[in-house]
Amino acid sequence: MAMISDRLAETGRREAAGAAQVSVSGSVGDYIALLKPRVMSLVVFTALVGMVIAPGHVNPVLAFASLLAIAIGAGASGCLNMWWDADIDAVMTRTAKRPIPAGRIAPGEALAFGMTLSVGSVLVLGLASNWFAAAFLAFTIFFYAVVYTMWLKRATPQNIVIGGAAGAFPPMIGEAAVTGHVSLDGLVLFAIIFLWTPPHFWALALVKAGDYARAGVPMMPNVAGADATRRQIMLYTVLLAPAGLAPVVLGFGGAIYATVAGVTGLGMLALAWRVLRRREGEAAIKAAQQLFAFSILYLFLLFATLLAEQSLGFGSLFAGWGR
Amino acid sequence: MSDNDRTDDKERAVEGGPPKMSPEEVKRRRGRNIAIAVVLGLLVVLFYAMTIARLGENVMNRPL
Repeated sequence: MAMISDRLAETGRREAAGAAQVSVSGSVGDYIALLKPRVMSLVVFTALVGMVIAPGHVNPVLAFASLLAIAIGAGASGCLNMWWDADIDAVMTRTAKRPIPAGRIAPGEALAFGMTLSVGSVLVLGLASNWFAAAFLAFTIFFYAVVYTMWLKRATPQNIVIGGAAGAFPPMIGEAAVTGHVSLDGLVLFAIIFLWTPPHFWALALVKAGDYARAGVPMMPNVAGADATRRQIMLYTVLLAPAGLAPVVLGFGGAIYATVAGVTGLGMLALAWRVLRRREGEAAIKAAQQLFAFSILYLFLLFATLLAEQSLGFGSLFAGWGR
Repeated sequence: MSDNDRTDDKERAVEGGPPKMSPEEVKRRRGRNIAIAVVLGLLVVLFYAMTIARLGENVMNRPL
């Protein structure tokens, strides 16, 4: 709590200094950038799949409003993340041009923007669907902004493993918005994203280890070393590949999904193996970059196939199992 | 921003007036104002649509 009040006081001091010198005023695009639109699009996509696999019917208008609220909630947590991490964003090449470190938006403005959207998104989701889903969204925002950003990120190399839960919750929120509860189906989608997060981020961290070291963020390669990170990437990928097939066993993934999850799962395993074997020089960097890029495609294909199958009404291989 | 502008800003701040804005800042403020107006308008539409969707057929079920 002391840490948060210190940061709030610092934000207040910067605001006062900013007001005395020059008015800080970002463009509309800067405020949109605060919401991390690319992360938002992934959240919309995975939450939509959570809604589609859920049994039952929901009014399209209310479904749209729910999805919008989930997206804005994700954006709000991204905005609070940028407010808190402005100091380390400023020293990392990947993030130095973000609106707050670049001086286009004052920290206090970002904090107010993020808090307003957080409260607004939770209320809209509650009104559009149900208060269980709204509470789940509120918890997810808290988990990402406070547990991950303020606590874990600078404290432990397991930051993205535990913090990855925040990114994995949206399909469960989507399901909860339709049914009012969470089932094993939603939990499986959560598990896929949760297990996908470490190989995805650690592949990036292997390439950007210098950036994270400069910022003092204890990412796995900086703390345990690159080789230990490669082993852990392999371990999580070994768990991820079969988890990707779990929707088939539970009955909401059909034959096309089984094929896609099987082939791309093998692809993930092959690329993780390459990362494990190639440990030196340009080949090592290239292997990590390939795994990072393919991991995005992997998750997209899995969820897109589920969405397509459910939308087009394709039959499941094991319909009825686990339900 | 020139030294004269900074002096003007300080004087305005002392007098309690708003600081002078550059044309670029005025343009950005206008963009933000329009965006807020659009968002508020869309929220009105969203809440209206949500209300009708929630009420469903009951929206017509009232004594005349």
